[in-house]
Amino acid sequence: MANKKDIQSSGGRYKKERRMDAVVFVLLAIGAVAMVFPLIYMICASFMTRNQILSADFSLIPNPVKHGKYLEVLSKPEFIRGVRNTLLVEVPVLVVGAFTSSLAAFSFSKLRFKGKDAIFLGFLATMMIPFAVVMIPQYVLFTRLGLTNNLLPLILPGLFGNVSIIFFLRQNLTSVPYEFVEAAKIDGCGYFKMYYSIFLPLMKGALMTQVILWFMGIWNDYLAPTIFVSKDKWYTLQVVIRQFNATYAVNSDYPLIMAASVLSLIPTLLLFFFFQRYIIESLAISGVKG
Amino acid sequence: MSKRNEKYKMSTAARKENRYGLAFVTPPFIGFCLFMAFPIVFAFIASLTKWNGMNNMLDNFVGLRNYIKLFTDEKFWKVLLNTIIYMIGIPCGMILGVVIALGMNRKIRGIKVLRTMYYIPVISSLVAVSILWAWVFNYDYGLFNSIIKAVSGVHGPNWLGDEFWVKVSMIIFMTWKGLGTAIILYLSGLQSIPRDYYEAAKIDGASGWTLFKHITWPLVSPVTFYLLITGIIGGFQVFVEIVVMVPNGGLNYSAATVVFYLYEKAFTNNQMGYASAMAFVLAIIIFIVTAINFVGQNKWVKTID
Repeated sequence: MANKKDIQSSGGRYKKERRMDAVVFVLLAIGAVAMVFPLIYMICASFMTRNQILSADFSLIPNPVKHGKYLEVLSKPEFIRGVRNTLLVEVPVLVVGAFTSSLAAFSFSKLRFKGKDAIFLGFLATMMIPFAVVMIPQYVLFTRLGLTNNLLPLILPGLFGNVSIIFFLRQNLTSVPYEFVEAAKIDGCGYFKMYYSIFLPLMKGALMTQVILWFMGIWNDYLAPTIFVSKDKWYTLQVVIRQFNATYAVNSDYPLIMAASVLSLIPTLLLFFFFQRYIIESLAISGVKG
Repeated sequence: MSKRNEKYKMSTAARKENRYGLAFVTPPFIGFCLFMAFPIVFAFIASLTKWNGMNNMLDNFVGLRNYIKLFTDEKFWKVLLNTIIYMIGIPCGMILGVVIALGMNRKIRGIKVLRTMYYIPVISSLVAVSILWAWVFNYDYGLFNSIIKAVSGVHGPNWLGDEFWVKVSMIIFMTWKGLGTAIILYLSGLQSIPRDYYEAAKIDGASGWTLFKHITWPLVSPVTFYLLITGIIGGFQVFVEIVVMVPNGGLNYSAATVVFYLYEKAFTNNQMGYASAMAFVLAIIIFIVTAINFVGQNKWVKTID
């Protein structure tokens, strides 16, 4: 990149760098368009007629433009029910789970108690256990307790907190000096109050990001709902979308399938656009620090 | 350290802290016992029986027979091989990821928009994008074959219907889905490399590929390691994209993964004991591969100090 000529004339080097930047940008832009192209195609296809999608000639622009499929999807009771059920799982899990996770993270990071390291290590080890190992026993457990007729199998495990969030928040708190705890103790501050009025505000940002990621995780989850939920009326959104795919592919109603998929993607995409900076930051932390 | 001694030494304040500390981790600990520890023990016992979900587990104790059967089960070896083949996507994602991240590690305006575009597949629902890609790979009308036909005039391969191409399809899909993560992580890895490293090497006459090989690549090795570990753990658990794109497991089961086969055994054939044994073998494989990676990392993973 830097040959002798460049070093001799910094003006020439600058120009060359600029040209290089332009080339790199164009290449990256081509790649980026290729990455989102299938999604763009999906959006276009959702506005097409069935005949246009199935025609031999490839086309991207809907002709004629039909938005009726969106209304059709939105008027399907299964779809609305799917959204409702997903939200019914999200709300309690995120509210209670955020509380239990952050409380545990505070305890692991700042309090001294017996068996701390052993418990923490046990938690960490579970991150390596494949879901396949625990899904059959969990299924049996929920069946025996008679919970597969509702959403509880999807809600209950989340209420107890999330190991990866505990881990992340604990890391986040290591930068907070221990003096905070000591000062609070001297002031006669109780431990719960210490969590609530000192440490919770300190980890607010990190917790917020983790909750958003958790929201997306629940929103996009498919495996657990298919195994644990047996009643149609409690199917979550992803299960409904999958069912649409199976049902409407028979008569090739691809515009409808695409419209339903597009609708299911909107909430997570919106969240990502708004909180991008934080999401990427937290991802980078877990990746670079290991 | 004797425990009893310690107990005596604990002051009232320390005991209070001990109590609260434990209380605060109790909810996740209960969750851990109920949804992890108990299921693991249960699954292990189940794996030693011919349990079908309804019959009495302990009456159908068969010892290690499920495990022995598994090792002679051709279908199991096939799905294990398929699962491993899909992992070709891991290095593909790494190479593309580091190249793109290098491009993005320049001060160019508008690069953040591109970064977002690369990341969109990562946050998209796996079911929705699998439905979409099933369509992209469609033999008659799919995006790929339409483009191939428009460009070359010949009909493209039967992506999801062919034993070979179905694997190529899945590798393409998985690389596409995960590329954004690799880019973001490599980019933040690149940004943490001090500039003077390069300056010093340039003075020594190094350039281009040499700089990459001796400075950049070793210094982003923690990211490579992270991607490798998470890629392998996730790769052994691939399920949803297969079930959506190739619901029958592909021609001659050529697309099925371990979890796909396991799911079928457990919930379609009610061979819960056998499926539990398979799940255990899977967990052991993941554990061993991860452990090997952790031991081996000293050889190639560098840190900036």
